[in-house]
Amino acid sequence: MKPAAFDYARPESRGEVLKLLADTGSDARVLAGGQSLMAVLNMRLAEPALVIDIGGVADLGYIEIRDDRLCIGANTRQAELLAWPELAEHAPLLARVMPWVGHFQTRNRGTVCGSITHADPSAELPLSLAVLGGEVVLERRHWRRGRRVVPAAEFFQGLLTTAREPDELLTEVRFPLARADHDYRFTEVAMRHGDFALVALAAVIGPDEIVLGAGGVADRPVVRRIPRDRDFDTELNIFAWSLGAESDAHASAAYRRQLVRELGHKLLTQATP
Amino acid sequence: MQAQSTVEALGRFAECGYARERVEDNALLRGAGRFGDDLATTAGTLQAAVLRSPHAHARLRKLDITSALAIDGVHAVLTGEDVREWAAPFAVGVRQPMQHWCLAVDKVRYVGEPVAVVVARDRYVAEDALDAVEADYELLDPVVDPEVAAQADAPVLHEGVGANVVNDRHFSYGSPDKAFAEAAHRIALKVRYPRSSCTPIECYVVIADYDVAAGTYDVTANFQGPFALHSVMARALKVGASGLRLRTPPDSGGSFGIKQGVFAYVVLMALAARKAGAPVKWVEDRLEHLQASSSATNRVTEIEAAVSAEGRISALRYDQLDDCGAYLRAPEPATFYRMHGTLTGAYDIQHLEARNRVVLTNKTPTGLNRGFGGPQVYYALERLMQRIAVALDLDPLEVIRRNLVPADAFPYRAPAGSLLDSGNYQSAIEKGAAEGGLDELKQRRDAARREGRLYGIGYCAVVEPSISNMGYITTAMTPAEREKAGPKNGAVATATVGVDPLGGVTVHVSSTPQGQGHRTVAAQVVADVLGLEFETITVNVELDTQKDPWSNASGNYSSRFAGAVAGTVHEAASRIRKRVAAIAAHQFEVDASCIRFGDGRVTVADDDRLSTSFRRMAGTAHWAPALLPEGEPGGLRETAFWSPPQLAAPDVNDHINSSLCYGFVFDYCGVEIDKVTGRVRLDRYVTLHDAGRILNPAVLDGQVRGGFAQGLGAALMEKFEYGADGSFQAGTLADYLIPTTMEVPEPVILHMETPSPFTPLGAKGAGEGNNMSTPVCIANAVADALGESDIELPLTPSRVRAMIGIDEPDAPEGLEPIKPAAGSGSALQASDSVDMPGDPATVFDAMLDPKILAKIIPGCHDLQAVGDNAYKADVTVGVGMIRARYKADVNLSELEPPHALKLSGVGRSAMGTAEGSARVRLTAIEGNRTRLDYDYEAAIGGKFAAVGARMLQGAARVIIGQIFSRLAVELGGGSNAGSWMKRIVDLFRRLFGRSKK
Repeated sequence: MKPAAFDYARPESRGEVLKLLADTGSDARVLAGGQSLMAVLNMRLAEPALVIDIGGVADLGYIEIRDDRLCIGANTRQAELLAWPELAEHAPLLARVMPWVGHFQTRNRGTVCGSITHADPSAELPLSLAVLGGEVVLERRHWRRGRRVVPAAEFFQGLLTTAREPDELLTEVRFPLARADHDYRFTEVAMRHGDFALVALAAVIGPDEIVLGAGGVADRPVVRRIPRDRDFDTELNIFAWSLGAESDAHASAAYRRQLVRELGHKLLTQATP
Repeated sequence: MQAQSTVEALGRFAECGYARERVEDNALLRGAGRFGDDLATTAGTLQAAVLRSPHAHARLRKLDITSALAIDGVHAVLTGEDVREWAAPFAVGVRQPMQHWCLAVDKVRYVGEPVAVVVARDRYVAEDALDAVEADYELLDPVVDPEVAAQADAPVLHEGVGANVVNDRHFSYGSPDKAFAEAAHRIALKVRYPRSSCTPIECYVVIADYDVAAGTYDVTANFQGPFALHSVMARALKVGASGLRLRTPPDSGGSFGIKQGVFAYVVLMALAARKAGAPVKWVEDRLEHLQASSSATNRVTEIEAAVSAEGRISALRYDQLDDCGAYLRAPEPATFYRMHGTLTGAYDIQHLEARNRVVLTNKTPTGLNRGFGGPQVYYALERLMQRIAVALDLDPLEVIRRNLVPADAFPYRAPAGSLLDSGNYQSAIEKGAAEGGLDELKQRRDAARREGRLYGIGYCAVVEPSISNMGYITTAMTPAEREKAGPKNGAVATATVGVDPLGGVTVHVSSTPQGQGHRTVAAQVVADVLGLEFETITVNVELDTQKDPWSNASGNYSSRFAGAVAGTVHEAASRIRKRVAAIAAHQFEVDASCIRFGDGRVTVADDDRLSTSFRRMAGTAHWAPALLPEGEPGGLRETAFWSPPQLAAPDVNDHINSSLCYGFVFDYCGVEIDKVTGRVRLDRYVTLHDAGRILNPAVLDGQVRGGFAQGLGAALMEKFEYGADGSFQAGTLADYLIPTTMEVPEPVILHMETPSPFTPLGAKGAGEGNNMSTPVCIANAVADALGESDIELPLTPSRVRAMIGIDEPDAPEGLEPIKPAAGSGSALQASDSVDMPGDPATVFDAMLDPKILAKIIPGCHDLQAVGDNAYKADVTVGVGMIRARYKADVNLSELEPPHALKLSGVGRSAMGTAEGSARVRLTAIEGNRTRLDYDYEAAIGGKFAAVGARMLQGAARVIIGQIFSRLAVELGGGSNAGSWMKRIVDLFRRLFGRSKK
């Protein structure tokens, strides 16, 4: 379990990272927290020519509020977000979600943006971004079109597959701030504490509409908008079937669908905590 | 008892029975432990990596190591040819014409089987070279399910045997037929016990060297014993026992039995060192360990009881099918026979019948695993006890009570031969019920049920054998075969106690501890015997077969330390005490019976003036031999060997006392099941142990906690998953789930002490009880909560929820559910469709055009025609950050222009194999367009299947989907990469957004 040989670069500026990505493209991998990449490298599931460690880029580590968005830079650890004192106030969904993300050891290294760009279909952070309708910032080396902002719905495209092009760096993720008349809920079933979700559900409950998202079932987080005057059980059944659940060693497809229905019902009908 | 009188005489110094903190912990907690991988190696030591089979069953046609040897830093590659020349197959415990070499020589029979060893400058280069070895396999049909493997028409693993059942023995004790004929009830159950393992933090480590002048091997390995396997290793290396010097490291990162299996790699790496002409080190990684080290057996058991109207059992009948994997590796089929004498458990059942069949399948060979044989037997027996209670409408605990061996019957001879040494099972159950709060637990259950919650209570009573009889394994042979082979029996333990010239006491034991705390307990025993302070005793547990006393029963297994080894330490220390007493008696001019030991001094009873420090008195043996009494040779070191007379060889009627001691475990638990998630929550778990005399209560509790955590893992989450194709699918600890501290509640641990009359200190083993009791206790509680009889482990939330029942509403109109993946494991089948421009003939012709084919196969670097519609391709495929480069054969067949064809591909890479085929149908649709429908099948084997099980189906779908979406792009013309990405996005939108086929 040793990686194949690769070149390693630890640039100190965003520009240098983007240049390396432009030069190397799909043969490069970006290393931030390394909680997925290191395992993939060691198991030789990927043999990149170049690993670009962005840990030395100082201006990529931040948590800040800009306009109505909570903006998080590519070097910000999950543990930093969880410890951020204003998290519950500005992003109550993330405050509920973060303790479910891995274990405290992995959160100490793993980054928020790394989890988003890895796009594991069972991971909680991509689900949160999708259900909140957030967006990501992708940057590349280009004199004019060097930066684009992609909504979550377009960013997540499938199993570990995103809209990020090989020469792009995900520099920032933006979560919409909490709105006063909205409620944010999250629930998950995993085999063990900190495991990838068998089923994870996140909901934004607004005065007129509920936005419900499911993780761990389809090949990416999937979101459905449910007007509050609809019959929830009917809507949940449609949602459950639409996810195309599959059976694996840990849970059956029927189990996953049923959890979407039953946990979804609980999530949508429970009193605001 | 002798031991007790010694302790009593010591008064305030008594160490035994005291919860002394472990001497081992200081170094371990400081990170100063010395594990196998920490040991210094000789200059020039090379690193090894093992090439392993990606196939479950295949003929190894050719192995080309040329490219691997050409890599800078690679020193040697060991292959089957070398092994044939220098080694012999491993000895097998049953007489069958099958060969198990340390490296595959002609066939591979499980995924992960060693095929070659690369020896290189470092592990990185060695792994690079693994990817460069080209192995050519002819695939054979695999067989994974033991019941299928046992059938006559199953694929056969070992052609010489001609069948997969390699041992079939039938036993009858008493008159079982008569008892069944006369019984008021016959209650039967069939259970399947899954394959799981106890998983240490530290994997295998071997450091091997070959002495070319002497023709001998010198190996350091974290082998745990039994050292009977030293003979197996030496014979495989074609040397005498002295030709294989085997040493063990001072510390162990855990074993739980599994480090027994390193023995095959001791031989392998010894040969690799010989091939390389240099010392070789190999450190097993986690994937290798999970996939190919060893595991417990999975077993299918049909069990039946003859039961009276009152619930009294007169006879038991077992039909057991034990799956030992691809080879019967020593000491198998010991999993059966470790428990053989004890098949009637804690119960007084006179008549017994058993059929034991050992079956081989295309899975990793099995071996020692904590609980060894117990979990499988008790899962059947104790589930049956619960079923009897349900069938007769009795309280389950009452059924247990009515059948227990009577308290006045010890030592009790069980029908198959076990001599249960001591116990009082009735008192144990009363104590457990009272002190564990059974009445309150029942109230909690009743209250929960009144509220409509799912709550159940499970019980189990287990006899925990310890100190294995080295002869039990021969019960697998017929009496006639045993007669020919000569008797085997006993359990020789050894310990050495020495006093150095400065009066320091050093103890050596050949028990190769794996983290239990043997150093602590051995020091406690010696401190008591010699009246010394605990801190002054040094215990060494490293073993060197060339310099240290050992025997075939040495090692760490069958919970033999407390009963056998600590007792032998006591014997060796007592001999030292006797000699020092004689020296002191001579100096003080008194009778030796007047000499007392205590407070670090040697004193004459009733005369405080005659007193000398132990140090000085013992030092006399070194410094002043002239002052010694007649017959005292000087120097001070005693090695004791001990073997209990009760461990006889199996008799002509197959009676076998399979172990020396039999502890008792009584467990019960309350579980609550979440009706939605199906999660099993332990409300309370009570476990009572009678392990004879307790030497260190803290060490014992540690054993109970560890066994409980592993038993809980086996009950709720652990299973080695194999695909129907034999692919191994639990290659990471994210696939093979073991409970963490978050999942393990604190059990209520209770003790009682009924000393064993057969061990020097009255102690019995207690290291494995909860591995035997906890899985079935939890299963019984779940059975009680759900009113179900068919309980299969592990009780995952999904499985439990399925038992509760999923009353699923239909899919809404217009939303057809995606066809679920068929087959099991890595094989998957599904259908999809994509619309494309052009009429069917255009589409058909495009697919036959190699230029277009090269463009539509994702990541295709090169496509060369090798025949009609047959190509060789070089392809890099993957999803997200994961990528692998495959050499692939691509074929187009079953051509029916312009309506249908079949596109298939087989790829090989360092990541393993990938196979896929798609049947394509083309239908003209409006607007000069074509609908391309395809049914595909895909299977992935080797490393990716092992570590990527969670992602497999999605990944295969993405890649196959890409082929046809790219075809659509090609036919659309003028497309660039960006737009085919968009097509894929559209494809996925369709997959999940709207109706699909």
